[in-house]
Amino acid sequence: MTAQTISEKIISAHCGHAVRAGEVAVCDVDVVVGTDGSGPLAIDYFAQMGGARLHDPGRVFFSLDHYAPPTTAGTRAFHDRIREFAARHGATVFGVGEGISHQILVERGIVRPGQLVIGADSHTVMCGALNAFAIGVGSSDLAAAMLTGRIWLRVPETIRVRLAGARRAGVAAKDVALALVGELGGEGANYQAIEFTGDLAAFTLADRLVLSSLLVEAGAKAALFPHDAVTAAYRKGRASSGAATEAAVEADPRAQYARELALDLASLTPRVARPPAPDDVVPLADVAGVPVQMVFIGTCTGGRVQDFHEALHAFDRAGGLLAPGVQLVLTPASQEVRARLIADGTLSRLVAAGAVETTAGCGACCGTSGVIPGDGMTVLSTANRNFRARMGNATASIYLASPAVCGVAAATGRIPGGLAP
Amino acid sequence: MIIEGRARVLGDDINSDYIISSRRKRETIDESRLREFLLESVDPAFAASVRPGDILVAGRNFGCGSAMETAVTVILAAGMSAVLARTFARSFYRNAINNGLVVVECDTSGIAEGSGLAVRIDAGAARVQDMARGVEVIGAPLPAVMQRILARGGLVGFLRAGERLG
Ligand code: SF4
Repeated sequence: MTAQTISEKIISAHCGHAVRAGEVAVCDVDVVVGTDGSGPLAIDYFAQMGGARLHDPGRVFFSLDHYAPPTTAGTRAFHDRIREFAARHGATVFGVGEGISHQILVERGIVRPGQLVIGADSHTVMCGALNAFAIGVGSSDLAAAMLTGRIWLRVPETIRVRLAGARRAGVAAKDVALALVGELGGEGANYQAIEFTGDLAAFTLADRLVLSSLLVEAGAKAALFPHDAVTAAYRKGRASSGAATEAAVEADPRAQYARELALDLASLTPRVARPPAPDDVVPLADVAGVPVQMVFIGTCTGGRVQDFHEALHAFDRAGGLLAPGVQLVLTPASQEVRARLIADGTLSRLVAAGAVETTAGCGACCGTSGVIPGDGMTVLSTANRNFRARMGNATASIYLASPAVCGVAAATGRIPGGLAP
Repeated sequence: MIIEGRARVLGDDINSDYIISSRRKRETIDESRLREFLLESVDPAFAASVRPGDILVAGRNFGCGSAMETAVTVILAAGMSAVLARTFARSFYRNAINNGLVVVECDTSGIAEGSGLAVRIDAGAARVQDMARGVEVIGAPLPAVMQRILARGGLVGFLRAGERLG
């Protein structure tokens, strides 16, 4: 048999025969997930397709994360529809405050290495950090998978991204991810999968989730990490994990890649994406001194425990007081993240400094819930997208950076030129 | 199949949030109401200027960002007949075919705003003719499974007709 990439192997295992990049395969899907943004339409498509029952209710999940909590009668009605549908068909609903769909799937051990996951949310790709093939689709594909248990896929070519060397102090996974998106460009990985390789041992699972989620901004269809000791350690003790169910998937040594992109970690410095494009990435020093009026720490890219710890550490080193005129908004990615941040005092420390905490979930990320920036405001955020109007106000400008850079800006009111080591 | 219409030209990197803002979806996901906000972040006057049958013509990476289906259904609801782009983001392309919206990946650089276009699709291969200038460009062919879905008017028609994936 010919040598395969991780994506080719996972797809082959789910369609029943060996496939290579470029072929079309019809695959069994392990996990199907929708949100309150995409779910109501998926329920409509499901009915239009003549759907009477779910192919496998145990594989279907909905998360009430984009409108958490609902602030209009309309969004409240989306939640009611999803709850009613799930109750009737036996699917699982993650309620308001439980967190972002793909974050919950990862932390509760629902997504496992080697699986094929589809989610009606572009950042479902994040689950690739766990050595799973995970893609974002629309509501129609979600409905078809709910009904048939399957999806057709074009097997993607793979770009191998080699991360080489050791990061300097103060250089976060977010900086690595931004540098890669800047290098690839907004469509540099369109229709392609990314496979990370190289010196990965220093990338925690939280780091990997940052990388896999942000590479969607380069158009990546999937962004996978190999299975290693970091994966195994994270998986240990997670619900539904266990030796028998783990299927670590390795690329064959002679697997074919569309290309290889190498990033020298030792020479990398902090990065920022300028508005309004996540691929307009520059060194932090290029935007030093830009005044900010809102700092947002949250989302599926930058709202986990490690992100809050890094933000708080940098905030404290920059004086530990909220700069006058700066609104600091905190949105944990999930209930589990929030519980840990409460237990270790991180949240109380930041809230005491004047931060506003909002319900775990997507929060202010796409303007659907949480705090909306004011007219003409400049926002610095740990999120993944900075398109015009992304946070609900077309006149606001959004810069994307690491949690530490955001922490400093909260204390100083300006984008810093660098980070103290 | 031949589609004729007026070109409505956009630039590169038109993401799905620009096609229809997530914020607008707080009140409704009914595309017949969302259509009045089509492309408002790019041009607030755009939606009102659309005539039935207009053809959207874009540059690179059309539909990038969120995988939201409404980015496709709102274009259909506005009465537009097709989207031509230099390249499409994969999730938009997939959603378009699943809803029966004709999408053609081709060199759109020479197409001017308002020009009359004729799009001919034959066995998955597309040719686009700029009628005033007499110029013709060839579109990338559609994979077989997408041709089958498009021929049924989308994924709903495809599954209802008893066709199977694969
Ligand atoms: S946090 Fe933001 S990017 Fe992540 S799923 Fe929610 S809206 Fe999408």
